[in-house]
Amino acid sequence: MNLQSSPPLIELRKVCMDFAKPSGEPLPVLADIDLALHTREILGLLGRSGAGKSTLLRIAAGLIRPTSGQVYHQAAPLTGPAEGIAVVFQTFALFPWLTVIENVEAGLDAFALPRREARERAQSAIDLIGLDGFQGAYPRELSGGMRQRVGFARAIVTGSSVLLMDEPFSALDVLTAETLRTDFIDLWLEREIPTTSVLLVTHNIEEAILMCDRIVILSSNPGRVAAEIPVALPHPRNRMDDAFRAVVDDIYEILTSRAVASLAVPGQLHGGLARPLPRASVNQMSGLVETLAGAPYGGRAALGQIARVLRLEVDDLFPIAEALHILGFAELSDGAFRLTAAGRMFAHGGIEERKRLFKEHLLEFVPLAAHIRRVLDERGRHRAPRVRFESELEDHLTRRDVEKTLRVVTGWGRYAELFGYDDQAQLFHI
Amino acid sequence: MEQHAEVLRGARWHLRQASWQDLAATVLVLGVLILAGSGVRQMVAPLEVAHQIRISLSPTALPLYTLRTTIRMLAAIAASLAFTFIYATLAAKSRRAEMVLIPLLDVLQSVPVLGYLSFTVLFFVSAFPGNQLGPELAAIFAIFTSQAWNMAFSFYQSLRTVPRDLDEASRSLRFSAWQRFWRLEVPFAMPGLVWNTMMSMSAGWFFVVASEAITVDGLRIRLPGIGSYVAEAIREHDLAAVAWAIVAMSAAILVYDQLFFRPLVAWSERFQSAPTAVPLKPRSWVLDLFQRSRLLRQLIGPVAAGMETAARSRLSLPAGVRTLGRGMSYSRIADAMWYGLLLGLLVYGLTELAHFTRVQLSWDDVVIAFRNGALTLLRVVVLVAVATVVWVPIGIAVGLRPKLAERVQPAAQFLAAFPANLLFPLVVFFIVRFKLAPAVWLSPLMILGAQWYILFNVIAGASAFPGDLREAASSLRIRGWHWWRDIMLPGIFPYYVTGAITACGGAWNASIVSEVVRWGPTKLTAGGLGAYIARMTEVGDFPRAALGIAVMSTLVIAMNRLLWRPLYAFSERRTRLD
Repeated sequence: MNLQSSPPLIELRKVCMDFAKPSGEPLPVLADIDLALHTREILGLLGRSGAGKSTLLRIAAGLIRPTSGQVYHQAAPLTGPAEGIAVVFQTFALFPWLTVIENVEAGLDAFALPRREARERAQSAIDLIGLDGFQGAYPRELSGGMRQRVGFARAIVTGSSVLLMDEPFSALDVLTAETLRTDFIDLWLEREIPTTSVLLVTHNIEEAILMCDRIVILSSNPGRVAAEIPVALPHPRNRMDDAFRAVVDDIYEILTSRAVASLAVPGQLHGGLARPLPRASVNQMSGLVETLAGAPYGGRAALGQIARVLRLEVDDLFPIAEALHILGFAELSDGAFRLTAAGRMFAHGGIEERKRLFKEHLLEFVPLAAHIRRVLDERGRHRAPRVRFESELEDHLTRRDVEKTLRVVTGWGRYAELFGYDDQAQLFHI
Repeated sequence: MEQHAEVLRGARWHLRQASWQDLAATVLVLGVLILAGSGVRQMVAPLEVAHQIRISLSPTALPLYTLRTTIRMLAAIAASLAFTFIYATLAAKSRRAEMVLIPLLDVLQSVPVLGYLSFTVLFFVSAFPGNQLGPELAAIFAIFTSQAWNMAFSFYQSLRTVPRDLDEASRSLRFSAWQRFWRLEVPFAMPGLVWNTMMSMSAGWFFVVASEAITVDGLRIRLPGIGSYVAEAIREHDLAAVAWAIVAMSAAILVYDQLFFRPLVAWSERFQSAPTAVPLKPRSWVLDLFQRSRLLRQLIGPVAAGMETAARSRLSLPAGVRTLGRGMSYSRIADAMWYGLLLGLLVYGLTELAHFTRVQLSWDDVVIAFRNGALTLLRVVVLVAVATVVWVPIGIAVGLRPKLAERVQPAAQFLAAFPANLLFPLVVFFIVRFKLAPAVWLSPLMILGAQWYILFNVIAGASAFPGDLREAASSLRIRGWHWWRDIMLPGIFPYYVTGAITACGGAWNASIVSEVVRWGPTKLTAGGLGAYIARMTEVGDFPRAALGIAVMSTLVIAMNRLLWRPLYAFSERRTRLD
């Protein structure tokens, strides 16, 4: 495929996006993104939640304006939603009060076509996408798969050459998602749809490899292009192929090395205090440790394998793995996962033993937990308002990360009986 | 009167942070009220109405009177809807307008509806001298003030909570502002708007009846309608005529509900974007008829198609006008000018108010007004407490039995809609007959119509109470007092608060017509702020009437801010699982 000859349909140059921290300082979510979407390609944008993938897609769609950098659509600067760019949403974004065909027709509202012509074009999009017979139904009468087909029809009816898809299959069950993917790839390969380029945002590794010609991996906090992997496998692709599996393992390796790297630099963040903690409950950690300790893993497993066996998505598995890594119960490296000695003890311990181990490790490896405990110890009545720690964290983290981190540390601290928390009074106590 | 039908629909009621803006808005509203009242009074030479209409007490005249009353209601709804679209859209789209409009709305809905009446009657009568249109418009305006604020609030909140994905979809599909309004915003707001309109309607009957026959500054105003029919019946102490009026009103409310609101609610179901906690799916035979009958569909077809074409046409504004929207022009200078303008207005309002007060009123007046206010406040608190003790257990008992709730709920809603002032003569008749103390026995009139809000909110809460929690409680054998304290009362609390707020507002409003009542030549006075306002209005002492209204608004606002909102916020925090 010789892509470089014609100018890219969408091009992002040095795009940065900042959100405001509670303190008002800018918090970068996307940094220095260069991205080009070429003709006749499906480009995958893969990353964990919070990597700014969806933000990037919305910038490419003209829905939000980047803090800095340029966006070009067919070599012209993009200033807002433009003709020729269509978006498919994760939540389908159908108008609940319109029927299927009216929803598709809404895609043509901007063109101010005569009613008759609008109806005809909507009808042919509906035929193409396999919705015939559902024209008069309201979205709520449809299954998720059928709803997303309406979403596709509405995007396609606009005749756009660029299709931006924001996790289009992640709200669907596994089988439905598979059908929709296959149907879409068929339409794409047969060139039955006006689309000439697709940007697919996903957190599902296999989905990216199944569909894309090229995958860009975004790292988190802030989102940067971490790697770019061409996928030259012929369609239809089979996830059981060795070549397919090799790409999966490559991607896991990239993701783990990124995760480990981001966990390894706590020094800069206020003595590790303001490190955002991954959203993982003690139950989830125990479950993963027990699985790893048991047969056939014997304490070591590749992440790709674990994900497949436990049917966990990257966004479910990584936080748990990272939590175990932080707490010193397991070690992440090179796409694999190894229990430490403490991890084995935890796996085989009883309730009390586990609590004791957890408490030790929490104090040793999670500076925030240790800090809360120290503050409580120092205070006369052994109480401290939540606000106190909130404001400490807010200098370094987003509102959401502060919220999440405090929730997580509260859960861990309660389990370890390190401290308690009174939600009514918003007060930590011993 | 604050009403939050949103809660009934299973949506969350978002509390606005109280701030200095509310105080400013209060000053603004009171200032305008007092100034307008006294200004109009000075402007107008002797007031006169074209000719006094003679009200016939014959029951055969009633259908026509009822029709006139009903038409007034319809006109008011149309006005409220127009107001809602303009006011709420302005508030939602412009940051600067929002800053003023929303606190203003908050205060406006706390001013007793009948309070406006004394001023608006003067205003409209003087605007159309010697013409029946004046009082007619004043009555419509009274109903308007009982509906518009809620509807505007509901619409504003919907506009601010349009789901992100639908917002992005319509932007990505490049809808024009016009298309966005009719294709996205209005449909999304529809269920809330319909519910709020229906709730406001219930209150509206009360005010239409009250505003048809009033006396302002010695000027007796009679509009042909069910309200003046009852007033005439009272004058003639004709109990049979009162009974006829009650029958006619009931019929009107039922017909209105069946032909108008029920179809509307059932139809607006399609705009529901998420499944809600409303336990019963609204049905309407009228809507079914319209949707199934070919003939009717053909009749409506062209109208619907025309409306759709209108909604789908782009009607784009020129680019220059378009940039006026939210977040577009954030220039500091413009902001500073805006704040400066507001501050200027505020200072002007305050000085005028202070000047006016000093000239017209003395401290004694304020003390008297507040003393009366305390008496009415006491009544409201006691009556709401009594209504709570009576209706909460009954509401829970009914709500937990779905079959029964299905039957009782419409009845409770009907009773809430029924203008209790039609029933006043019956009560007064007994008080006169048995020579009871008016100060005590007139009080229940205030809660007569308002108590049903508590009942049907509690029923709604109990119906929506999760079945698994009830099963857990019974499997743990939690009974008796513990069951009430730990399970049921916390479960229905947000609903109860919603009902109690509405009931309180209703009671305050009703006090203006219930603390002074007549039966033929006999006049009973219970004292209190309502009686004070009514008396001052009647004799045309507008500074004192305005003072009374200001005191009442202050008490209502204080009660909402200091009691109900904290309670609501508390209950919401407690009953949330996530």
